Amino acid sequence: MAVDDTTTRTDATAQRVLGSPALRREGRAKVTGTARYAAEHTPPHCAYGWPVAAAVPRGSVTGIDDGEALALPGALAVLTHDNAPRLGEPDDPTLRLLQSPRVPHRGWYVALAVGETLETAREMARALRVSYAEEPHDSLVSADHPELYHPEQANGGYPGDRETGDFDAEYAAAAHRFDLTYTLSPLHNHPMEPHAATAVWEGGHLIAYDSSQGATLVGQTLAALFGLDPKQVTVVSEHVGGGFGSKGTPRAQVVLAAMGARHTGRAVKVVLPRRELCSVVGHRAPTIQRLRLGARDDGTLAALGHEAITHTSTVDEFVEQSAVPSRVMYGADGIRTGHQVVALDVPTPSWMRAPGDASGMLALECAMDEVATELGIDPVELRLRNIPEREPDSGKPFSSHHLADCLREGARRFGWERRDPRPATRRDGHLLLGTGVAASTYPVLVAPSTASVQALGDGSDPSYHVRVNATDIGTGARTVLAQIAAEELGVPLDAVRIDVGSSDLPTAPLAGGSSGTASWGWAVHKACRELRESGGSIVTVDTTSDVQSLEEYARHAFGAVFAEVAVDTVTGEVRTRRLLGVFAAGRILNARTARSQFIGGMTMGLGMALTEHSSLDPALGGFVEKDLAGYHVPAHADVPDIDAHWIEEHDPHLNPVGGKGIGEIGIVGTPAAIANAVHHATGRRYRELPLTPDRVGVLLVE
Amino acid sequence: MRPFTFERATTPEEAVSAYAAQPHARFLAGGTNLVDLMKLGVETPEHLIDVSKLPLNEIEPTPDGGLRVGANVRNSDLAAHPSVCRGYPALSQALLSGASGQLRNQATTGGNLLQRTRCPYFQDLTAPCNKREPGSGCSAVRGVNRDMAVLGHSEHCVATHPSDMAVALAAYDAEVEVLGPEGVRTVPVAAFHRLPGDTPQRDTVLRPGELISHLTLPPVPAGARAAYRKARDRASYAFALASAAVVVALDGAGTVRHATLAFGGLAHRPWRARTAEEALIGSRAEPQSFARAVDAELEAARPLSDNAFKVPLARSVAVHLLTTLTARADDTPNSAAGI
Repeated sequence: MAVDDTTTRTDATAQRVLGSPALRREGRAKVTGTARYAAEHTPPHCAYGWPVAAAVPRGSVTGIDDGEALALPGALAVLTHDNAPRLGEPDDPTLRLLQSPRVPHRGWYVALAVGETLETAREMARALRVSYAEEPHDSLVSADHPELYHPEQANGGYPGDRETGDFDAEYAAAAHRFDLTYTLSPLHNHPMEPHAATAVWEGGHLIAYDSSQGATLVGQTLAALFGLDPKQVTVVSEHVGGGFGSKGTPRAQVVLAAMGARHTGRAVKVVLPRRELCSVVGHRAPTIQRLRLGARDDGTLAALGHEAITHTSTVDEFVEQSAVPSRVMYGADGIRTGHQVVALDVPTPSWMRAPGDASGMLALECAMDEVATELGIDPVELRLRNIPEREPDSGKPFSSHHLADCLREGARRFGWERRDPRPATRRDGHLLLGTGVAASTYPVLVAPSTASVQALGDGSDPSYHVRVNATDIGTGARTVLAQIAAEELGVPLDAVRIDVGSSDLPTAPLAGGSSGTASWGWAVHKACRELRESGGSIVTVDTTSDVQSLEEYARHAFGAVFAEVAVDTVTGEVRTRRLLGVFAAGRILNARTARSQFIGGMTMGLGMALTEHSSLDPALGGFVEKDLAGYHVPAHADVPDIDAHWIEEHDPHLNPVGGKGIGEIGIVGTPAAIANAVHHATGRRYRELPLTPDRVGVLLVE
Repeated sequence: MRPFTFERATTPEEAVSAYAAQPHARFLAGGTNLVDLMKLGVETPEHLIDVSKLPLNEIEPTPDGGLRVGANVRNSDLAAHPSVCRGYPALSQALLSGASGQLRNQATTGGNLLQRTRCPYFQDLTAPCNKREPGSGCSAVRGVNRDMAVLGHSEHCVATHPSDMAVALAAYDAEVEVLGPEGVRTVPVAAFHRLPGDTPQRDTVLRPGELISHLTLPPVPAGARAAYRKARDRASYAFALASAAVVVALDGAGTVRHATLAFGGLAHRPWRARTAEEALIGSRAEPQSFARAVDAELEAARPLSDNAFKVPLARSVAVHLLTTLTARADDTPNSAAGI
């Protein structure tokens, strides 16, 4: 087991509180229904908004007849680009709502109906007569699309194209060359709780209850849109039923609710219909990824080329950074990574759990498996041989790197040594069985945060009050932050009260990029330490300078995922039998919530491999799968045996709490592990995912 | 909201006459599909007649050795009933492969037959759909049609019927008993749903105001074995990409003496494979003759741009069912070793 010898934390109390499987603080409130989500706040005289989605794939609105809608009993208002409040220019152009008649894609909002009840608003929306001037549209990306271009940057601020060494020469000279293309459908986040907001203006002050991954950013954005001082906006995101990235940026529901409330002078509640989420809250863009690997006889890579083609919308440029993990994973003398994108008449893609890494590692790790098979090298061994000394693209040293331990520990737990590498040789009746492995990685991100802690000192219970605008999107954030505070204060967990989820609290970054706990935890840790050392009663801190003074290291979490599948030769159905992940993600702060995060991510990766896909309609534009009966997230029956473990990793070059972030790494690696297991089962390579029966096909008839 | 009136019927006759008085009425039973469609604006009834409290909850043996099932029997109860599990296992399997536990607890036998297609364009008011709005066109025929029909479709509609239960019922030669303004009549399940033709808005042969009161299952031939198999995108809660129900019996010499086969997921109705059945009866019970018979049926298939996979899939499922149902128990290879 990997234990870095630079361990600094020895506090015995801390060991008990931090890392323990503490129960979720809001668990009882959630299961008893008293935890209130954004749509469950109903201010007095609350009205209801129902958005109206464009019914054409591209064009402009030429007229809106609201006569019938406004004649309905209980109708209050119809907001359109003609009468909606004028908004300031947003950083995110998808929030330029009801400001112009332009329709950039099917499903773009063209109006908001507001009525006394939800049913009235919905019926008003249906009664609205919207006419359009429709224009020819294009919604399908292809590898030879004439309008593909190389973006300067991909999501995350990464350079679009990079080259180290001489890829062309290394690839041309390689003993073994692999040129492989992997295609992945668009995917949707579909959190359990749809995007919802309730907004009310109290004088000049805007209060919004919003389902978001970061109330600070939502508050700042609303202030800019409505020309307010940020102090005039309060955004509450106390309980959030998942987001997976789709609530990481402010979304239409809160802007529409605030507009509706300003227009009508009433509190207005807007819940985006499930059927419309696919069009307005982002998606993982489809990718066509070409991997060119040049390998030596021993399996080490001389050349690694990873070129990703994807789409964005005409509204905003978002480039899924699929080639970026190939700048991190394996040493090769020549590495070329790049992106091409085309702006189509499609909804704007955005963050979906591990953007870039989930899609990119699918391609890279399937390609590595093809190398292993072709060269007759065990896939675990092949990866061990290719682990680089330093981050290949930047040349920086790794702050810590325990991929090898994850692979070895996973192999041991999975029983990998019993594996017969020959494909298509294990049968169970008409099922073919196979096993596969893939590596995972996710970058360690951290952002400045503030937090405060107060010693109540009056004998009250709890005796410490921590405040930070963190967001608990179901991850257990408030529980873990309380553990961090209790550890640093040297008090029992019960002695800490913590408030999160309101922009009136000390500002904090969003829950995204697996950076929440590191960012907020750093501030909470710092505040508690200063309080303890100063003996004062209240401390407020800001970690901006701490974050800026981090040393230059390449910081990444790593992991290994092992999968066993059964492929039904009669139907082409692939079902997972076992899924095991082993991760090295720094210090694990809560064993219970961490395991939940890991297996949740792995389950989402299973969906990516086998069940989930969205389709763009070539004729109508827009996505076809609009509900959870049509968009297939894995059901319980798809996940029979899943487990996650972790390596104890002490990395002294992170934040003082020592965690690397665990929200996303579970999804990375899982799709490739499953796809590689399908090859091991069937002897066939499928390079287009998900592996639904239409793609796998009937393998054996009689 | 869109206003509608509501009444609760206490007898089947009362329900039928209530319907006759209302031009735009719908019967409401479990509501698992109708209420969803009303929320979407796809169904816009002006009057709902609640038939869920009608005394149609019994599963009773018939004098000839079959079963009679009340239209209000819940899918969960029908699937778990000892007479169904013992005598009609393919029906129980089909029911349990459909929807989710919660939906099966709510959905009724009659309602299951009358559920509407899950074609995504049918459910999308912004997309042309001849079934929802006759004459507006079919978005699926040249749209995303992986899940659509390969048999019996028309240029006007390529939707499939989503029921698993109905596929098994068709293979068991079940009949639907309906009560209407003109009295009682029975319709075979296999002829209950229509092909779309140029009137895809009509799913079934029910006349306005007719109410399903019962299903009758005839006795199964002695020695027959039966099974239902569904291929789908995920292990639970997904509609069939293709499915098949088979009832088959052999004579002592290994010749097929009785065979019925119905497909799901391929057509606008459960597809009773009469051509295959004719070829099966009297043939040797062996995979080659099963394949020939099923191929003869599927020759009529006309796949769309995205769903050619359904033909070999349906063939494989049907041949596999026939083969395993007629095989001796020790025929199945099983050599799982190592990983």
